[in-house]
Amino acid sequence: MQTSQPLVKVRDLRKHFPVRRGLIIERQIGSVKAVDGITFDIAKGETLGLVGESGCGKTTAGRTILGLYPATSGQALIDGIDVHHSNREAIKMLRRKAQMIFQDPYASLNPRWTVAGIIGEPLRVHNILPDPQARAERVKELMLRVGLSPQLINRFPHEFSGGQRQRIGVARALASNPSFIVCDEPISALDVSIQAQVVNLLEDLQDEFGLTYLFIAHDLSMVRHICDRVAVMYLGVIVELAERDELYEHPLHPYTQALLSAVPIPDPKKDRSRQRIILAGDVPSPLNPPPGCRFHPRCPIAMDQCSRIQPEWREVAPGHWVACHAV
Amino acid sequence: MNRRQVILDLKDLRTRFHIAEGTVYAVNGVSLTLHECETIAIVGESGCGKSVTMLSVMGLIPVPPGEIVSGQAFYRGRDLLAMSEAEMEHIRGKELAMVFQDPMTALNPVLTIGRQISEPLRVHLNMDHATAQQRVVELLEQVGIPDPKNRMNDYPHQFSGGMRQRAMLAMALACAPSVLIADEPTTALDVTIQAQIIELVTRLRDALCMAVIWITHDLGVVAGLAERVIVMYAGLVVEEASVDELYDDPRHPYTLALLAALPRIDRRRDRRLKSIPGAPPNLLVMPHGCPFAPRCEFVFDRCRAETPPLLPVAIEHRARCWYDVVNGKPFE
Repeated sequence: MQTSQPLVKVRDLRKHFPVRRGLIIERQIGSVKAVDGITFDIAKGETLGLVGESGCGKTTAGRTILGLYPATSGQALIDGIDVHHSNREAIKMLRRKAQMIFQDPYASLNPRWTVAGIIGEPLRVHNILPDPQARAERVKELMLRVGLSPQLINRFPHEFSGGQRQRIGVARALASNPSFIVCDEPISALDVSIQAQVVNLLEDLQDEFGLTYLFIAHDLSMVRHICDRVAVMYLGVIVELAERDELYEHPLHPYTQALLSAVPIPDPKKDRSRQRIILAGDVPSPLNPPPGCRFHPRCPIAMDQCSRIQPEWREVAPGHWVACHAV
Repeated sequence: MNRRQVILDLKDLRTRFHIAEGTVYAVNGVSLTLHECETIAIVGESGCGKSVTMLSVMGLIPVPPGEIVSGQAFYRGRDLLAMSEAEMEHIRGKELAMVFQDPMTALNPVLTIGRQISEPLRVHLNMDHATAQQRVVELLEQVGIPDPKNRMNDYPHQFSGGMRQRAMLAMALACAPSVLIADEPTTALDVTIQAQIIELVTRLRDALCMAVIWITHDLGVVAGLAERVIVMYAGLVVEEASVDELYDDPRHPYTLALLAALPRIDRRRDRRLKSIPGAPPNLLVMPHGCPFAPRCEFVFDRCRAETPPLLPVAIEHRARCWYDVVNGKPFE
């Protein structure tokens, strides 16, 4: 499938947040290892899903890859540009090529700006359309493209529904003609019937503009629907990565298996006959990840070495990567 | 088919809210029956009135701005909606208990978990301190909180989301209620924690023969939990059926559309998601005609003119629709 260079390359990327204590003199007593060494490629035109539960680091990963956070170590390259180690000019170019759609349609739009200002901002900031008239025309085009009436161009965010606000966010992300968009849980705050609308829109735009997506989500059913390949994160690391159907049909990592078995199926007969793997306990804190394999305290098949040695990230079948001693 | 006794009989509930912008017609004639030991699910998207319906039954709607315009809610023969607050206080938390969506806002942040769970024991069952403490430990064990003797002295912020929800369940179960109303209790939780909570509730309700009303927007959760399902839209029940019937043979266009809009984790992708055009209606407008008409693919004149009643479409299966989706034409 991949004959040329991947559009996005992530190599052992880490993002740690220091935890400091002390009144007069602040000392670092530890760090939250939110992202602790992730590696993957995303091919041009591909949608890579990044799934995991709260605290796994997927949102931090998305933001670090785009350079919204400086990386603690490791590398992220988008279209050849090193996100964390490039000069200002290169970063400015990066900001046009790589965009983000945020999760909360209520927090991600400036409530004091009109739609014209919000969608027009990238066009203004990157000097794509300095003329206000031309800019307004382009904003209207974008609004039409995402299914919003251009007549609403001078309205404020609070005058729109959640689904419409999310469309404003999509239009804003498209304004600079990006090649790569990080979609950080773009639909979780929306009702089911609206989720389908927004997902269909994202797919149409991908076909039309040849976009590449990193789709961060916790809704595993939606991820199966929209993604080409899927990576599963747990406590800051990726535990499994495979082509979509391969992951859902042959999950190898015990965490992936438990995660998939926990997702309810809207089919009573099927749901009743399922074998559910119920995990014990809660997700541990990323301040103090367990030694060895991070999943071992909750793993139903943990062995002695799992608590001592971190499992190796290996390709066990073509395109299917896992980090687990039992595989 | 149902030999069990009716324990809760809600008749034609209408609840409105009077706000600056006007009147919100939140619940517009909802009826439902709950039998002993039965689990029913009320399903719908935000704003459909599912929470307001049960909050009305529990007497938890602030009046004003709320107003229960009409309706009766018979619990073991007594109309809850006609009771005074003093009378309701004897029932709420004792016979009918509720668990809410966000445990962080539902729990009191300045009181220990133990103190909060013991409250219904002291108030309703008149337990003395020592007995109540012991019962709290038992309850925490029952809901799967490890090290209960110590954890009961923790505050809510020291518990994780899943544990807080378990603590809320313990509080709801304290007086062995006959009815548990769970309002989106797992929506804010991770999917593996959701599975734990659902497993816990099913185990407890089977052991205690407790009737459960589970409110949710998640059609996946419903499939695994409920015996009967009630689908709500714009303050009305639009379809009700046994869980198998609803998924096998849905009859209301909204139910059909909702099921078609769901991605499936257990199947390969075969087509685009079928989205429902438009958006849920503005409840500030007095409902007229079928509320789903503006978004319905089978709409015809009668739909806009006359609100359909709940019509029987199969055994113990009713749908509020003028259109016969099975035969592809309006009903006679």
